[in-house]
Amino acid sequence: MNPKRKQRLYLTVFLLVVSAGVTGLLILVSGENMNMFYPPADVVAGKIPPDQKVRAGGMVLEGSVMRSDTSLAVEFQLTDHQGAIFDVAFSGILPDLFREGQGILVEGTMDAQGVFQAEEVLAKHDENYMPPELLDIEMGTQSQAYKALPSIDPRAAKGDSL
Amino acid sequence: MIPELGHFSLVLAGSLSLFAAVIGLSNTRNSMLQRSVVSMTVGQFALALLSFSALVWSFATDDFSVAYVANNSNSLMPWYYKVSATWGGHEGSFLLWILIMSGWMLALTLRGHQYPTSFFTKVLGIMALLNLGFICFSLFTSNPFIRLIPMTPIDGADLNPLLQDFGLIVHPPLLYMGYVGLAVPFAFAVAGLLEEQVDSAWARWSRTWTNMAWAFLTAGITLGSWWAYYELGWGGWWFWDPVENASFMPWLAATALVHSLSVTEKRGTFKSWTLLLAITGFSFSLLGAFIVRSGVLTSVHSFAVDPERGMYILIFLALVVGGSLTLYALRAGQNSTQVAYNFLSREFFMLINNLILIVALAVVLWGTMAPIGYEAITGGRISIGTPFFNKFFVPLGLVLAIALAILPLLNWKRTRVEALRPAVFSLLVATVFTVFIWFVLDPTSVVVAAAVGLGTWVVLSHGVDLFKRLRKGTTLPMAYIGMTLAHLGFSVCIIGIAITATQSEESDVRMAPQDSVMLAQQQVTFLGVVEVQGPNYSAQQGVFLVEPESSGSYELRAEKRRYFAGNNVMTEAGIQAGVLADTYISLGEPLTNGAWAVRLHYKPLVRWVWLGALLMAFGGFVAIFDRRYTSLRVRDAKSTKTAAEALTQT
Repeated sequence: MNPKRKQRLYLTVFLLVVSAGVTGLLILVSGENMNMFYPPADVVAGKIPPDQKVRAGGMVLEGSVMRSDTSLAVEFQLTDHQGAIFDVAFSGILPDLFREGQGILVEGTMDAQGVFQAEEVLAKHDENYMPPELLDIEMGTQSQAYKALPSIDPRAAKGDSL
Repeated sequence: MIPELGHFSLVLAGSLSLFAAVIGLSNTRNSMLQRSVVSMTVGQFALALLSFSALVWSFATDDFSVAYVANNSNSLMPWYYKVSATWGGHEGSFLLWILIMSGWMLALTLRGHQYPTSFFTKVLGIMALLNLGFICFSLFTSNPFIRLIPMTPIDGADLNPLLQDFGLIVHPPLLYMGYVGLAVPFAFAVAGLLEEQVDSAWARWSRTWTNMAWAFLTAGITLGSWWAYYELGWGGWWFWDPVENASFMPWLAATALVHSLSVTEKRGTFKSWTLLLAITGFSFSLLGAFIVRSGVLTSVHSFAVDPERGMYILIFLALVVGGSLTLYALRAGQNSTQVAYNFLSREFFMLINNLILIVALAVVLWGTMAPIGYEAITGGRISIGTPFFNKFFVPLGLVLAIALAILPLLNWKRTRVEALRPAVFSLLVATVFTVFIWFVLDPTSVVVAAAVGLGTWVVLSHGVDLFKRLRKGTTLPMAYIGMTLAHLGFSVCIIGIAITATQSEESDVRMAPQDSVMLAQQQVTFLGVVEVQGPNYSAQQGVFLVEPESSGSYELRAEKRRYFAGNNVMTEAGIQAGVLADTYISLGEPLTNGAWAVRLHYKPLVRWVWLGALLMAFGGFVAIFDRRYTSLRVRDAKSTKTAAEALTQT
C-alpha cells in the first residue's frame, strides 16, 4: 500500500473509532441523566419508579398551596382537571409565575407516601406560557377557564414600610 | 403610512437580492454586470435600513395600529425600551437579522477590491441568495408591518418585563452579528468551491471575517449569560437551556473554524476540513434560528410556537445544508494536498483542538435534540439535565487546556522534544500554585485544582513565549497579540467556572424584618420592604444590610416588580459585584408576618467567567487588525498564493 493510502486508512479508522466511542458515551451518559416526564394520570396510577429522578407536571389546584409558617417548605397539589390529583412537597423559592391554576413542571422523586418530593419547580417567565409537556392536558380542558391569581398580594407586605 | 413604507422597502430589498443572487451566481464575466451586483448590495442595505427604521419609528411613536407594536410595546415604557422593543419579539428580531445580514454584505463591498472580481461576485451572490430566503421568511410568515385596522387597540400589551432591560438593547444585536456573520465564511467556502480557489490566500481572506463574526458571537453569548445571571433571579449564569445551546453550537463550530483556518493559511493544509467547518458553522446558526423560532423545544426564551415558521426554516436549512454539502462532495476532494507533520507540531495540536471542539459540539447537539428524537420515536417526553453536559464538558475542557498550554512551544511541522523544557518548567510552577490554592480553598474536588492549575499553566506558557519574542526584539504581529489575549481569556474563563461552580455559597431562607443570617463571613440583615414606583411598574424593594467581617458594610436592594400593563411580576436581584466575588440577593415571595423568602448567593470569581470570555472576544477583534489582512491587495495575494503553493509542494 502506498504511504498516502496508508495514512488515509489510519485516519479513517481513527475517526471511526472516535465517533463510535463518542456515540456510545453519549447514549450511555444521556441514559443515566435523562428525566422521564409523567402527566398527573400516570403519577396517580403509580407509574413512577421509586427513588428515580423524574419530571411530572400539571395545573396547580386552586386553594391547595400551603406555606409553612416557620420555614420555606410548601405543599401543593397538581391536577389535570380530569380527576387525577397528586401532592407535591417542595422547600425553597417558587418561580415568579407560580400561581394557582397555572401549569407547572416539577422535578424530583416520588416518596413512599405517594408525595412527590420536588427538588425543582419550573414555570416559564411568560404570562401565556404552557410547558409543551402540558399541552396535551390543556387541549382537553380548553373550556376550563383558569384565572391567574397574583403571586404577590400587595396587602401582605403593606405593613412593613421603612 | 410609515409602516407601509417599511413594508414596501422590505419587498424592494427582496427584489434586489433576487437580482443580485441571479447575476452574482451566473458566472458572468461582464464587468458592468459584476459591478451592478455591488450596487445592488448597497441598495439592498439602504432599503433594509429604511425598513428597519420604519419599524423603530412605529415603536417610538406608539403606533399601536401595527400589530407587532401593539403586542410588544406600551405607551408607559421609557423611550429606550420602546426602541429596543423593536427586536424584542419574533418578527422584529428577524428584521434586525435581515438588517445585519445586509450590513455584513455592505461591509464586504468595502473590502471588495482585495479579492478577485469573479470570486467576490460569487460571494455576494451567495449572500444575496441567503438574504432573499430571510426576507421571504419575514414577508410570508412573520411580517412585522401588519396593521390592526380598524380594530386599533388604545394601548399596547407591553413588552415582557424580562426584556425591559439594558440586556435587550445590546445582547440580540451582538449575538445576531455573530450568527449572521458566520454567513460570510460560509459564502467564502461555497464561492471558493465554485471558483475552485481554496488556498492560503483564500484562507487569509476568510480569516478576517471569521474572526470578526466569532468575536461578535463570543461577546453576544457572554452578555446573554451575564443578563440571565442578574435578570432571572436564579443566580446561575448558564443553564444548558436549548436556546443557549442554540448559540453555543455555532460558537463551537466557529471556534474550530478559526483554528483550522490558521492552519490552512499558514500551511496550506486542512483545506477540506476547513471548508466543512465553514459550512457547519453557518448551518448551526440556522439550526439555532429553527430552535428559537419554531418552539419545538421547551425553553425559557423561545418565541411563540408556530409550526409554519418552523417548517419554513427547516426547509431553508435543508436546502442550504443539502446544497452546500453536495457541492462540497463534488468539489472538495480536488483540493487535497498532503503536508507531512509529526505529533509534536502545531498542526497536530490544532487537530486535537478541532477534535475536542467537534466532540463538544456533538455533545451539545445530542443533549439538545435527544428529547425531540425520543418523543418522535416513543411518544414519551424526557428532559436531559445539566449533569449530562457537565460529565462531558469538564474532561473536554481540561484536555483542551492541556493542548493549549503546550501549543505556544510548538513549531509548525515538527518540534524537538528539548524545546518543550519551558513547558515542563511552567507546569511545575503551575502545580505548586495549584497545591497552594488547594490548601487555601480546601476545594471539594480534584477537578477544581486541575482547572486552576491548567489555567495557570496556559498563562505561564503563553507568558514564556511572549517573553522570548520580546527579547528577540521582533515587533509582535496583531494576530499574535490577539491570539495570546484570547488564550489568556480562555484560562481566566475556566478558572472562573471551576471556582464559582464549586466554591459558591447559596441559601434560600425565610427572613422576617431584622432577621440576620451569615453568608460567607458576611452578616446579612433584612431591614424590611419599601414601596418604589418605576415608570411603568410598582415594586416592593427589600433592603438588606451586608456587614463583612473586615471591610465596611453596604446596603443591597432587591426588587419584586409588578408591571402595570400585563400585570407581570418580575424579580430584580440586588448584586454587589466584585472582581473577587459577588454577593447576590433576590426576593422570593412574601410569606406570613411580613417575612419573605430570600435567596442569598455568594459567588467567588463569577465575573471571571464573563471577563475571560470578553477577553477572548477582544482578542478576536485585535487579530483582525493584523497587517497581513489589512494591507494586502489582490496582486500581493496572488504572489503569496503561489509562494504558499510552492511551500505545500515541498
